[in-house]
Amino acid sequence: MAGIVGYGAFIPRNRIKSEEIARQWGKDPAAIKRGLLLEEKSVPGIDEDTITISVEAGRAAIERAGIDPRLIGALYIGSESHPYAVKPSGTVVVEALGIGPDVHVADFEFACKAGTEAMFVALSVVESGRARFAMGIGADTSQGAPNDALEFSASAGGAAYLFGKDHLLADVLETYSFTSDTPDFWRREGQFYPRHGGRFTGEPAYFRHVTSATRAILERTGLKPPDFRYAVFHMPNGKFPLAAGKELGFTKQQLETGWIVNTMGNTYSGSSPTGLAAVLDEAAPDDLILITSFGSGAGSDSFVLRATKLLPERRGRAPTVRSMLDGRRRYLTYGEYASYREKILVND
Amino acid sequence: MPSPRYWREIPARYRLEAGRCPGCEKVVYPARRVCPGCGHEGMDTVPLSRRGRVVTCTTIHVAPTEFQMEAPYPMALIETPEGARLMVQVADSAPNEVQPGMEVALEFRRIRREGRAGILCYGHKAVPVQKATS
Amino acid sequence: MREVAIVGAGMTPFGELWHSSLRDLFVEAALGALRDAGADRLDAIYVGNMSGGQFVGQEHLGPLMADHLGMAGVPSMRVESACASGGAALRAAYFEVASGASDLVLASGVEKMNDGADVTAVLASAADQESEVYHGVTFPGLYALIARAHMEAHGTTIEDISAVSVKNHRHGALNPKAQFRGEVTLEQVMTSSLVADPLRLLHCSPVSDGGAAVLLCPLDRAREFTDRPIRIRASGMATSAMALADRKDPAFLDAVSLSATRAYQMAGLGPQDIHVAEVHDCFAIAELCVLEALCFTERGRAGQATRAGETALGGRIPVNTSGGLKSKGHPVGATGVAQVIEIVEQLRGDAGDRQVKNARVGLTQNMGGSGASSVVHIFERV
Repeated sequence: MAGIVGYGAFIPRNRIKSEEIARQWGKDPAAIKRGLLLEEKSVPGIDEDTITISVEAGRAAIERAGIDPRLIGALYIGSESHPYAVKPSGTVVVEALGIGPDVHVADFEFACKAGTEAMFVALSVVESGRARFAMGIGADTSQGAPNDALEFSASAGGAAYLFGKDHLLADVLETYSFTSDTPDFWRREGQFYPRHGGRFTGEPAYFRHVTSATRAILERTGLKPPDFRYAVFHMPNGKFPLAAGKELGFTKQQLETGWIVNTMGNTYSGSSPTGLAAVLDEAAPDDLILITSFGSGAGSDSFVLRATKLLPERRGRAPTVRSMLDGRRRYLTYGEYASYREKILVND
Repeated sequence: MPSPRYWREIPARYRLEAGRCPGCEKVVYPARRVCPGCGHEGMDTVPLSRRGRVVTCTTIHVAPTEFQMEAPYPMALIETPEGARLMVQVADSAPNEVQPGMEVALEFRRIRREGRAGILCYGHKAVPVQKATS
Repeated sequence: MREVAIVGAGMTPFGELWHSSLRDLFVEAALGALRDAGADRLDAIYVGNMSGGQFVGQEHLGPLMADHLGMAGVPSMRVESACASGGAALRAAYFEVASGASDLVLASGVEKMNDGADVTAVLASAADQESEVYHGVTFPGLYALIARAHMEAHGTTIEDISAVSVKNHRHGALNPKAQFRGEVTLEQVMTSSLVADPLRLLHCSPVSDGGAAVLLCPLDRAREFTDRPIRIRASGMATSAMALADRKDPAFLDAVSLSATRAYQMAGLGPQDIHVAEVHDCFAIAELCVLEALCFTERGRAGQATRAGETALGGRIPVNTSGGLKSKGHPVGATGVAQVIEIVEQLRGDAGDRQVKNARVGLTQNMGGSGASSVVHIFERV
């Protein structure tokens, strides 16, 4: 099988605290934080979007891999906030990274699962021998409607994964996808904000798909939760991934490195991919890692990976997720947040 | 912004491709046909480092229409290690943080867009690199 | 080459002239110059104008203006060098007469800025579109970058820069054609709203409408038109790198320096020979940079010189007795020619309360964009 030869992440530097959003809408900040386990989230600048995030994450992935970008034969970006409705994000990223023109590019969409989807396809293209290297990126700058629960979590960020057959940083041992038509969260063409089914997004949507995909991959590989050093689940809020992990038999220690939602928020297609990057920033050679994403609509992609000896020497070539979460950042007022997120009406 | 005019500048804007004169070694950004230093015709492509130092700076308060919602924003003349200079906005910086001599990194950003229906235009902005207190 | 004289001058007031269109402004100024000279025909017309096209959708100003002056048929063309269009028009007219090709040539400048155009965007077209304007810099932004560089290199202060505005308003208060005829205090200037840090509203010349024209003829025919001809002693022009990033020192205006050197050389004069000057203070910092590039002060010392009153009426070298672009107004294409008219009036002894005593030699300096083009003329009373 093929595996990860390079990885990178990018999280915008602006933040807004849950308290500030709660203050805006007259909600009790303590109750919000208790209920969602969210302290703050990242906010993209008005000059940041899925494309700019993908370029910076992609650059880091290429740095860690140490390869000539012109050898990359395919690039896929999964997002639910592609900047154009029609015109690919991938072509801008390819030109910026110095890839191509001999490259296959496609944009993917499947709510929050589009990132792992792009990773799955990139992996498959390399395994089949059609490309020597392929990149899969998950990035988003999704919107949460004002005075809606999702406004506390919808944030911005992304991660990029370069797949190849040699000099792996992490071997992909197995993949599994579990999909059904479950309308728990959607956005119609022309609508600015998505809509969701409230509590319907829980058990029949998130939990069903995450646990089914994870159980199936465990069965296929013959592995059990205690065999893993790390587990990463899609993080729509702070509570769901912890509850899913517990239900499946993972401990808090296994979950905590990849559980970055409390200060990052839900970066949608970037969520579990960025959690995985945080894990790769720390994992020791031979550590087993599980990642299961979730995309509304609905589906989950699961991967089992093993860290290699090469990982510790390469990961220093680009910034870690923790350095982006804990480093230089700026806290916004709700007014600044609304302005950056274009929630303020202006003439055309 | 008409598409062809934007598309021609992609190598310079997306990849910071500059020109190095084979005659006098001067690095010119963006690249051009005739060297402004020695008049030699034809330059070699060389990508600029994605970092530099602020030469001079300002903060734009009264902005052009397309940038109104972003104002006020800092702008700077940056010099890269190759000796080329370029004019960029400075992003993710606190008010009055941008000073001549400051070290910056160059990050990929969306520079402008043509209203709600036109194309999106990308390039680089400077970002301060000192460790900041949060 | 023949000697050339200015024998007539006419200009509109500068300001928000709602009742005058672009062509009205030209005609008023042109008729003023023709009447002042008592002339009723022209061999050629030059129209200095930065952007009739972007401001009011009108190109092809050469024939349009000749036509509206009642002189359709006369050779006429528009000259453009952004804010130096007026000075460039004078230079073109000068060479046409000096060469012997024509005898009576009108050098004019005109701009209509208040008809609803996006002035910020139009003025920015004088900068580098691809490497500067693309990123969101404005015209004041470019001069703010220059100001910051000057402050870093020479210790120039915001008080130094503001002193230029105070002086020019004091002069403009004496000019009946000026857009602003009131004085301003240093504090008012330093607390006006920020445009591009460190430049504030009262460091910036205004948006104006206006027209100005002068009539040129060979010096040996000048007495047919006036008993006070003013000889054009020199014309010097230079360009420099367009983008600020491509200049060696953002705080030094090479084009101004080179255009001045050429004019001084042609005239056989130096800065110490100049009695009065009109320079291009599109922003207060520009006047300081120009004073240094013209060698009126040492490099880095223009701020102190201004605060010491050296460039005020009554000082060592009065600069911008008209009020400058700041107080008189700056209808972009017209400015270069209006500067010439102030010098003509000074050298004729017609400047009233603004008169510099015994002014015999004067200089105008007009520049475009962030200083990428500059035109200097030197004049002498004969």
